[in-house]
Order: sequence, then structure tokens, then C-alpha cells
Amino acid sequence: MAKHLGKWLISGPPVLYLIVFFVIPTCIMVLASFRYAGEYGGLAPVLLHDASGAHLNLTLESYQEFFSDFIYSWLFIKTLVYALVTTFCCLLMAYPLALLIARSASKYRDLLVLLVILPFWSNFLIRIYAWMILLGPQSAFSAALNGFLGIFGVGPVRLLFTPFAVVLCLIYVQLPFMVLPLYANLEKHDPALLDAAQDLGANAWQRFWRVTFPLSLPGIYAGVALVFVPVLGIFAVPDILGGTRGIMIGNLIKQEFLEARDWPFGSALSIMLTIGAMIIVGGAALFAGRRRSGDV
Amino acid sequence: MALLEIRNIVRRFGDFTAVDGVSMDIEAGEFFTLLGPSGCGKTTLLRMIAGFDSPQSGEMLLDGKDLASIAPEKRPIHTVFQSYALFPHMTVAENIAFPLRMRKLGKGEIGERVRQSLEDVRLTDRGGRYPGELSGGQRQRVALARALVNRPRLLLLDEPLAALDMKLREQMQLELINLQKEVGITFIYVTHDQTEALALSHRIAVMNGGKVEQLDEPSKIYDSPKNRFVADFIGTCNLIDAEVSVAGEEKMVLQIRGLGEVAARNPGATGGAKGILALRPEKVRIAAQLAPEDDENHFKGRVHDFLYMGDVTVYIVEVGDGVHVEALLPNSAAGRPRILAVGDPVEIAWRYDAGTFLDG
Amino acid sequence: MSKKLLAASGIAVYAFLYLPLVVVVAYSFNNSKLNAEWVGFTWHWYQVLLSDDTMLKAAGNSLLIALTASLASTVLGTMAGYALYRYKLKLLPVLVMAPLAIPEILVGVSLLIFFVAINLTLGLLSIMLSHIAFCVGFVAIVVRSRLSGMDESLPEAARDLGATPFQAFRLVTLPLIAPGIIAGALLAFTLSIDDFVITFFTAGVGASTLPLQIYSMIKIAVTPEVNAISTLLMLLTLFLIVVASRLSPDSIRGR
Repeated sequence: MAKHLGKWLISGPPVLYLIVFFVIPTCIMVLASFRYAGEYGGLAPVLLHDASGAHLNLTLESYQEFFSDFIYSWLFIKTLVYALVTTFCCLLMAYPLALLIARSASKYRDLLVLLVILPFWSNFLIRIYAWMILLGPQSAFSAALNGFLGIFGVGPVRLLFTPFAVVLCLIYVQLPFMVLPLYANLEKHDPALLDAAQDLGANAWQRFWRVTFPLSLPGIYAGVALVFVPVLGIFAVPDILGGTRGIMIGNLIKQEFLEARDWPFGSALSIMLTIGAMIIVGGAALFAGRRRSGDV
Repeated sequence: MALLEIRNIVRRFGDFTAVDGVSMDIEAGEFFTLLGPSGCGKTTLLRMIAGFDSPQSGEMLLDGKDLASIAPEKRPIHTVFQSYALFPHMTVAENIAFPLRMRKLGKGEIGERVRQSLEDVRLTDRGGRYPGELSGGQRQRVALARALVNRPRLLLLDEPLAALDMKLREQMQLELINLQKEVGITFIYVTHDQTEALALSHRIAVMNGGKVEQLDEPSKIYDSPKNRFVADFIGTCNLIDAEVSVAGEEKMVLQIRGLGEVAARNPGATGGAKGILALRPEKVRIAAQLAPEDDENHFKGRVHDFLYMGDVTVYIVEVGDGVHVEALLPNSAAGRPRILAVGDPVEIAWRYDAGTFLDG
Repeated sequence: MSKKLLAASGIAVYAFLYLPLVVVVAYSFNNSKLNAEWVGFTWHWYQVLLSDDTMLKAAGNSLLIALTASLASTVLGTMAGYALYRYKLKLLPVLVMAPLAIPEILVGVSLLIFFVAINLTLGLLSIMLSHIAFCVGFVAIVVRSRLSGMDESLPEAARDLGATPFQAFRLVTLPLIAPGIIAGALLAFTLSIDDFVITFFTAGVGASTLPLQIYSMIKIAVTPEVNAISTLLMLLTLFLIVVASRLSPDSIRGR
């Protein structure tokens, strides 16, 4: 009895807090997606009172709206493409770095990992802002790039407020999430495996493709999940760097809540986003699981 | 009345029965060992005695008092943990003082007893050190001192020597025996190492699959194993399938396939019973030629293989029609003993009462 | 992969990671209104910053929110971390992890709807409550990782030697996990003071924080004052993270 008392005294407060400030808000949001928008923004009442008494005032309108105009599905697809490109580029950049760290002397490894994490601890907005400076028309970076393009007769290109700027910055903010799980995986590889492969006649490329790469697949799956999912909901990056052409689904959600004040539709979009992310992650996990069991 | 009476203790974890109806009496002043492979339930039993776990059924009586309702901190039982569990944020002296502080003894008395205790384990100059700064053997001694400073009725030791290297382990075994004699406290010792169990204990309970297979003195366990598991687990043993053909009063004749008739001591089996003959390799005589003696089984064969171990050589001899018998030859002869080579003809012999027939 | 190619690409990626931040810091000392060419060294933008009342007010809010949120979430998070480690609860791990796993924007908008539904005026209080909600999980993870690094038999040894459960916790467990708790608190402070997305939705018009202030400055007119405040914020974060990782290296790095 006393055992159970302790258990509830210790786990009770955090559980209660998270129920009130996470579970209930999430449920309210789900409910909100079936409600009508209020006259001045916000939400219309759940219950309507009229001559026949009180009845529920719910609707599927928000979801119907989502499927009625292709522009929303298009925005979803566009967000998905941005996320895929970001994830792929992160993988391409993170892999050599993670491998380099994993293969360097053990006394430097912690420092090298710390160097990957440090920029990630600087404020999110500052990291976006930094690219705003770098990609701005007056920056040395832009000037150098346009000078280079000028050699080939390509006219000066604008970098800021384009999808390119958005994806570049997404890669920048998400890169550490790919490096860390990859490194955690690669670091555990037994160096003797590579010696064994070499001993058995494998050259450097074969050692990489036949030994290192297949063994690192779990790290790749983890990194892909960590990079991909958060990108789907990001709004600050396209908001600051994307101009009108670079917007993503997050911007639309933000707009529905803060500008258009159509909360039911915003909630519906959020739920569609969550479901979409869950389907993709679940599918990928299933694929990865089958892949792994197939290997054995 | 025994110091600790354990009655029909059962402990299940889900579908798995870790301790399956164990009963035993542990006498005051005894060095008692629970021996068995990992997963045999010995550690679970120890944790229940300490009070960190409770049985689903059965009871444990200490000095005749039921332990079930007594919290671990109230039991006059202390434990030396496998990891030693020395508090890393306290000095050696603070670690040893911990149980005394819990009993709210005065500062002066605590100081005096800690000093005495440090002296007992020869760590007087290490009192101000932290456990992290000590060697493995020193940590072990601190753990012992801490568990003994309160003079418990019962000391539980959970594989306390497992983390030490071989040399240190042998030295600590001697220290443990002496310590136990000096303090006169009852020890319950858990180990999976049969040599350690044989060397240290007054009595051993061999456990397997949550049950006690045999409970006896070390020499009885070694010489007269009760069943196949004990014979196989303790030391090395030839285990040969056999059937009783003639059962006499004291002797009997066993029929062994591929070998023929073998004389053995009759532990009380009847004709036609099937079982195994358990025969220790060191009880089998081996030489190129052996003069036959009375009451001996005598066979001619060939060396099938051998292992040179330094102090002894183990020969695997093929006798009869493909029966392998291990025999042990000490390399103690003056000069370099001649080692029999594979294929050499040899003779082996053992007294009828050297082996044990085990039913079933 | 050849060693040189690997090293070269690694250095290139490090450059990619640091170049933008170096540029921000450098321009904060540039004696020019534009983030373009280097004109000369100046402290001017830091002076501007120190006389900017809105910015100072936002900084004050950020500090107040971060202090309150880190304190409350440390208490709740330590309890959650201990419960995660000690008891086999089915619901708790999901409750603790879920807010960290789903896109931040969803936490932000659902809290916005919630606060409006319960008629809580958006402002400092709503921001604090939201920050506590997402910091609890981080603290819980750090504390639990510290606990699982502890030899399980230590609190048992204390009980064995005569300590009550409470004494065992106070004299053995708590001192041993204290560095984890402090690291968790610093982590919560950092996350709170840096948070933009959730704050953006739960702040309303009443209260502004540093990230919100930076956001509106970026959106309206970029001045090197943003570089100055960014540099200071980076220094603060760097300091907190170094302290936290000293205390609990594994939990920060191996997250």
C-alpha cells in the first residue's frame, strides 16, 4: 500500500501537468477541427440552443475544404518534397562527417561531436537570420556566387526569398540531427571488421559499401526520422527566407490561426499534418524493420 | 532451532519460476553457500532473505521470527553486493559509518567503531579516500567492513569475488574464511564457481532451475553427487549410461553398452534399473601396464586424445567398443614424465566403489 | 573512402556549420548600417541595444519566464524521471516523450486553442505554462539517464544497512543524481529562453520575449542591432551548455 502511495505521489504531479497542458489541448484541437469558425475568429460554440433545445454544432466542413481545393494538397506535396530534399542532402553531408569523427582518435571525438552540436544550441531564429545575411543581395557570398555564374554568362540570380534559400536553411538547422545518430552508430563499429574485410581482399570502396554502409543502416533510419518529421511542421524558415514562393504547410497553419483566424481549418490542417507524418514514419519503420529481418 | 529457517519459498516472475519451493535450515555460525549456474534462483533467494524481494508463498524465520513483515532496513541482515555498492560520494570512513549513523549512535562511538573496523580490514590510512580511488581488493574489504560493522546476525555475500582477478581471488578466499572464523557471524554466500564453493563452505546447497538439487558438506557433494546435474556441475566427471544387471547387498554389477560388465557399489538400486555411472577422472588409474588388484574393474584400451595441463595430464581413453573414459595422471614423477601418445595401448582400472551409480 | 577526401568533406561541413554564425558575430561589430562590406570596428550596436527599452523589456520577460519555467519543470521533470526509472508505468513514457516527438507547431497551436478555451489571457503566464509543458520531458530524460547510470544496488545497500526508503533517497540517490538535476535545469532554462515557435503562438499581444523581438525586427527592418543581441544570446547559451555538459556529459551529448 505504502509502495503505491509513493508511486502516485511521485508520478502524479508530472502526469497531471502533462494531461492538463498537453493531452487536453491536443484533444481540444481535434474537437476544434470539427467545429465552425466563430464570427470574429476563434471558434463557434459546440452546443447550439434553439427552440428544439440544445444540439451539437459540429461539421466536416474543414476537411471538405481541404480536399475541395487542390492548392492545399499541392502545399502538402511541396512540403513533402522540401522535407525529402532536405533529408537527402543532410544524409549526403552528414555521412562523411560522422565517418570522419568516428574514425578519428578517441581523444578528439568528443570535441568534434561537440563542435557539431554547438551551433545547434544557438537560437533557432539567429541561425535563420544568419542565412538572411549570407543570402542577401549585398552579401559577399551572393556577390561571389553571381560573379562565378557571370563567367558562364548566367545573369545575377536572387537567392533570398526563394525555395533554394528555404531548403538550404532547412539543411543547416537539421544537419546535426543526422550527424548524431549516424556517429552514434558508426562509432560502435568494430574496427577489426574492416581489417578482416581487407584481409579477405576487399578494397577501400568495397569495404565501405559491403561492410560500413550496411552496418550503418539503423543509424541512417534514425537520422532520417529525426530530420524528416520536424521539417514537415516548420514555419519560421519559409516565413523568413521563403518569400511567397517558398511557403510550406506550417505557414498555412500559422496563417489560419493568427491572420485568417479560421481555427477549425487550421486545426484540421494540423491533424492532417500529424496523420501524414505518422503514416510516413510508420511506413518507413515497417520498411526498415522488414529490411532488417530480411537481412538476417 | 536453526538461525534461519526457509520453508517452501516460491518466487515467480510472470511465467518464469525463479525459486520453486526451496526449504533449508541455516545454522548459527555456519559458512553456507548457494551454488548454481546463472538463472538457478540463488540470487533471487538471497534478495528475498535481504528483503528486497518477497516470495509469493512460503516463509522465512530468523531466530524463529517471521521475516515477511520486516522491512529490509529493520532486518539484522547485511549484504555484500556483487558490485560492492560503495557510496561513491562518501569517503571510506563515511561508508563504514553509514549503518551506525542509521542507528543514530553517538559521534564518539561511531568514530571509535569506524577506526576499529578500518584497522580490522587493514585500511587505517585509507579512511579519507573515496571508493573510486581504491583498488578492487580494497573496495572488497571496505564492503565487508561496512556490512560487518553493525554486527549483523547474518551476512549475505553475492558473488563478492567475481570482479577480482584469479590471484587476488585466492587470497581473498583465505581472508574470508579467517574473517568468518574470527567474527563468528553466519555467512550465506552465493557463487557460480564450484571451486570457490568447495574451498570456503561448511555446507553447500547446489541449485538448479529454482530447486535445491543437493544440500551437503563439500566432500559429500563432490564424492557422492545425488544426481546427474550435481555430478556434471561440480568438477569433471565421466557420465556413462549403465543398467543394473545383478544387484547385491553391497555390490552390484552394471551392464554398460560397448564395455560389458562393471562392478560398482550398490546405493540401493534393484536389478533392471537404468541410470548412469558417475566416475571422477582422478579415481581412474592409468598406465601402459597395470597390475590387476582386488575389487577393481580393469580394461585395456587406446589413448584417444589427451590434454596436457601442466600439473596433470587428462587422457581420454577408448575402451571396449567406442566407450570413452577420462583418466587423470599427475605429472609429479621425477624428471619429465613420459606422456602417452595418441594411439598408444593403455590399461585403466578403478575400484568398484570409486564411482557412483545414479538412478534415472 | 580515401582519408583525404573524408577529411576535406568533413572540414567543408564544419565550415558550413560555423560560417553563418561567424558572419552574425562579425557584423555585430561592423561600423555600418548594412550587413554588407566591412567598414570598421565599433561597439555602437551594443550601445544601441542597451538603450532599446523594448528589447530590454523583452529580455526581462525572457529571463523571468526561463527562470520560472526551468524551476517548475525541474521539479516536475525530476519526479517524472525518477518515476520513469523506478516504476514500470505504461502511460508515463508516452506522456513524457510525445510533446518532444510531434512537430512544435502543433504543441503551439493546441495550447493557443486551450488557453482561449479556458479564458486565460495570453501573456507571461500562458507562455510559462507552455514552456513548463515542453521542458518537463527534457528534464525527465536527463534525470532518468543519470539514474540509469547509477548502480542500482546503491539505494538497496543503503536500505540493507538500515536506512528507511526516504533516508536512502535523501542520503544516497539524491546526491548522486544532483548533477543530472542541475544539468536538466540548465537545459530547461536554455530551451525556454531560446524557444520561438511555441512562444509565438501562446504569447498573444501582451508579452514579448527576446526571440519574438528578434523575429519582429527581422521581419520589419534588419539592423545590426539584431546581430548584437544574437551574439549575446549565443554567448549565454554557450555558457549554459558548457556548464550543463560538464555536469552531465552523456545526457547532453548522447541525447
